[in-house]
Amino acid sequence: MVFLNFFISGISLGSIYAIIALGYTMVYGIAKMLNFAHGDVIMVGAYVCFYATARYNINPFLGVLLAMITCTLLGMIVERLAYKPLRQAPSLAVLITAIGMSYFLQNTALLLWSSNPKVFPSIIGRGAFKLFDGKLSVSHITALTIAACIVIMIVLSLFISKTKMGKAMRACSEDKGAAQLMGINVNATISLTFAIGSGLAAVAGALLCSAYPTLMPTTGSLPGIKAFTAAVFGGIGSIPGAFLGGLMLGVIEIFAKAYISSQLSDAVVFAVLIIVLLVKPAGLLGKMTQEKV
Amino acid sequence: MKKILTCTLLILAMASCAFGAAFKIGGTGPLTGGAAIYGNAAKNGAEIAVEEINAMGGDVTFEIRYEDDTHDAEKAVNAYNALKDWGMQISLGSVTSKPCEATAAENFTDRIFALTPSASSAAVTEGKDNVFQMCFVDPNQGSASAQYIADKKLGKKIAVIWKNDDVYSKGIRDTFVEKAPSLGLEIVSETTFADGNDGDFSVQIAAAQNEGAELVFLPMYYQPASLILYQAKSMGYAPKWFGVDGMDGILTMEGFDKTLAEGVMLLTPFNADATDERTKNFVAKYQAKHGEIPNQFAADGYDCVYAYKEALELAKATPDMSAETICAKMIEQFTSMTFNGVTGENVKWAANGEVTKDPKGMVIKDGAYIGLD
Amino acid sequence: MTMRRLINLKRVEARRIYLTYFIVILAYVICQTMSSTKFLSSSMRGMLVPICAYMVMAVSLNLVVGISGELSLGHAGFMSVGAFSGVAAAILMQNFIPFAPVRLALAMIIAAIFAAIAGFLIGIPVLRLKGDYLAIVTLAFGEIIKSILNNFYFGVDSGGLHFSMLTDTTRLLKGGRLIIRGPMGISGIQKISTFPAGFILLIISLMIVFNMVNSRSGRAFMAIRDDRIAAESIGLDITKYKMIAFVMSAALAGAAGALFAMNYSTIVANKFDFNTSILILVFVVLGGQGNMLGGIIAAAVLTILPEKLRQFSDYRMLLYAIILIVMMLATNNAEIKYFLNRLNPFKRKETEAE
Repeated sequence: MVFLNFFISGISLGSIYAIIALGYTMVYGIAKMLNFAHGDVIMVGAYVCFYATARYNINPFLGVLLAMITCTLLGMIVERLAYKPLRQAPSLAVLITAIGMSYFLQNTALLLWSSNPKVFPSIIGRGAFKLFDGKLSVSHITALTIAACIVIMIVLSLFISKTKMGKAMRACSEDKGAAQLMGINVNATISLTFAIGSGLAAVAGALLCSAYPTLMPTTGSLPGIKAFTAAVFGGIGSIPGAFLGGLMLGVIEIFAKAYISSQLSDAVVFAVLIIVLLVKPAGLLGKMTQEKV
Repeated sequence: MKKILTCTLLILAMASCAFGAAFKIGGTGPLTGGAAIYGNAAKNGAEIAVEEINAMGGDVTFEIRYEDDTHDAEKAVNAYNALKDWGMQISLGSVTSKPCEATAAENFTDRIFALTPSASSAAVTEGKDNVFQMCFVDPNQGSASAQYIADKKLGKKIAVIWKNDDVYSKGIRDTFVEKAPSLGLEIVSETTFADGNDGDFSVQIAAAQNEGAELVFLPMYYQPASLILYQAKSMGYAPKWFGVDGMDGILTMEGFDKTLAEGVMLLTPFNADATDERTKNFVAKYQAKHGEIPNQFAADGYDCVYAYKEALELAKATPDMSAETICAKMIEQFTSMTFNGVTGENVKWAANGEVTKDPKGMVIKDGAYIGLD
Repeated sequence: MTMRRLINLKRVEARRIYLTYFIVILAYVICQTMSSTKFLSSSMRGMLVPICAYMVMAVSLNLVVGISGELSLGHAGFMSVGAFSGVAAAILMQNFIPFAPVRLALAMIIAAIFAAIAGFLIGIPVLRLKGDYLAIVTLAFGEIIKSILNNFYFGVDSGGLHFSMLTDTTRLLKGGRLIIRGPMGISGIQKISTFPAGFILLIISLMIVFNMVNSRSGRAFMAIRDDRIAAESIGLDITKYKMIAFVMSAALAGAAGALFAMNYSTIVANKFDFNTSILILVFVVLGGQGNMLGGIIAAAVLTILPEKLRQFSDYRMLLYAIILIVMMLATNNAEIKYFLNRLNPFKRKETEAE
């Protein structure tokens, strides 16, 4: 029972990583860039949701919607101002700009909303499903996060494989130059990718802060790095991979804390990551790209 | 360009020296980044004290400047040097422990007196005759907590959750764990967390619960503590909770469900709900200016400035004295004087810079602190 | 570097190397003179040693990122191995070697050796991977090193050296000293790092790196970076060359770490986290990958910049972020670059020639 309880804790933590990782992997898959500002967009989303629900008493779901709209706009502005001018530049230059953007968002948040931590009101309360006479409990927020992950995963996969925009995205991710020759507006496609990724970040922010309810300007950055690790773990660029990677990372982290040492849990998590990547160098579900000579 | 900049800096420094009729007091603290809560609080508290003192218009007036150190020793030394260029005569050290260890070493070589509001590790004052603390030193807090728990018979089986990459948490934990067995307390579970895995506490709480801990000791700041309280409640675990002075501030977090903290005990020198004139005045002014209730860091910052005011008055120091002269006078005063402030009555300092004041045992009842004794 | 080899280099390349040495030495002479005549503010004087350390970090990371073309996100990990081993060594030597510069030099050498060993051990798995996966594994190792050092205890007493992990079980005899104290790091470090020492370390690093770049292995690095498959097909041992670059880079980072740590009275493992690794990467990318002088200048500018922004108080870090983004855009956007080059009369010819 104890084991199962830890497993469920792992899944709850992992589902949070997974939902953040989905955003990372989506942007990476299409635009081939590591958007290190993603974690901070999550933080902005959480703040918007916090002010909507806690200060202005708006319905939590409308609050999340509002946060999604704000973050989508924010993502598009950031992309337009900071990433689009670097479309032809080496990928590392874009990475550093994303880091600059991350500092920018964090410090803006600090000025706007102060450094004092705020307690985030859970968007669906703090109840739990009790199983086996209450020996096991799965909190509502965990259930909702996993459900959200699955829905997002299916919708994204369908969008990318079935719709015209999705096809354009895949084409851009294969070969930007060829896509352009085929009449695809590469810039617009990449902007759309950022818009979707940022909208997802708002959902992730609301769920992250509902599960672990304190909110500060730095709230997004560390879970962001963990989630990025999760995305790589599952095979970056792969949408089911991000989900699986997130869940596994959460479970490994909790088990490492419970059965090895709470002091070394991070070291264990990263060691497992290294071993997995050595066995499967493109992550769990990543595609090995064959180099053409 | 560099030369011009340096020139202007020098001229500025000289100009402000010549016309300054106030003592230049400077401090560093994390004003941005993850630890910004503490730095900003101490800064705001100290600034309010300076405003009050300057408004009174006595012999001692201050000009205060706080520089950002982002909770980093390297940046703290940079910030300290910037303050030195500004002409700082007395220092408020740094707000957090590790940066303060670094700046305290500079204070010692430069002979600029320092009174830190909240850098509580023992290494801050170790071997430095001119660095003093306004807050309890960590080891004392650890042993005082253990003593308190044993004296009040709050529980025999104790669990400790501490932050594994934090000097403050580790300092308190070390003496607590060392002293507990001799007082008949049994540490049944000891678990940690660190930056980057400070969201989920289910394992730590379950460990305490499974070992049947009656009391959980939380040597940490209030932000992770609030998460622990939330998660323990959802896991249906309700031991006695015992915190340290960093826990203060938990009740004033925006949106915090105060019923969660019901029955939490902590040792803290400051209580924002206290009814004495001094505290009431300070809390009211702070709230009017910053829209928040001051925490212990703010109170420590506030007290530091007042302690300086008293010491400078007693020593008959004047702002035209050099930092070194003031330093010698301050060492003399601080080791002999008794100070009354919002963080304690009859506050005294030992020659090694450590403070002696009564920690107040507090318990949270109906969303407010109540004295335990 | 021998003269003959220099002459054999392409003229442009040689000119660039001379220019780098010239600027570094000139900057050193100016700063040293200003510092000794008390013309430099305390704030600037206090930054001289860390700037040197960051410059060495930039040079060493450039060897991996710029020359051998691998993205490393855990470079601060090697700096931290060097910082802890170097400081511990310096403390142990305190009684035997009273002359501080010698102690500092030995400590830096020991730091470089420890960091090189770490680099070798980490290099074995890391260099089997490619691209972003390699990057994430270096990030992971950086975090593992931080986590281990946060739980590591090391002390010395009359009975010898004592180590322990997780909890302090060293049980030192009376008169012993616990040097590394887990999350509390090392306290009470004697500040023996000096600006001349930093300068010497930087010059040595530049000599090592330029020498490597313009040697057989250097040409191999670049061949591998530019086309791995072609390089492999002509029989270059890719892993060997990558390993040389990686270990060398780690060793220099270790020495820089020791220099950095002994400029402060205290050091903790958390200082060398992901953010520090990223900061060094920013130096390299901003200065131009593979461009040593660029990295050195970027390290100096980005270290001084936040200090010079202090007058803006609350808006300081916000401005820093904006300036960083603008600098990245200005140096990497083709249109802006073209525009800037046209403004610069020295570069105009080059631009037009292109």
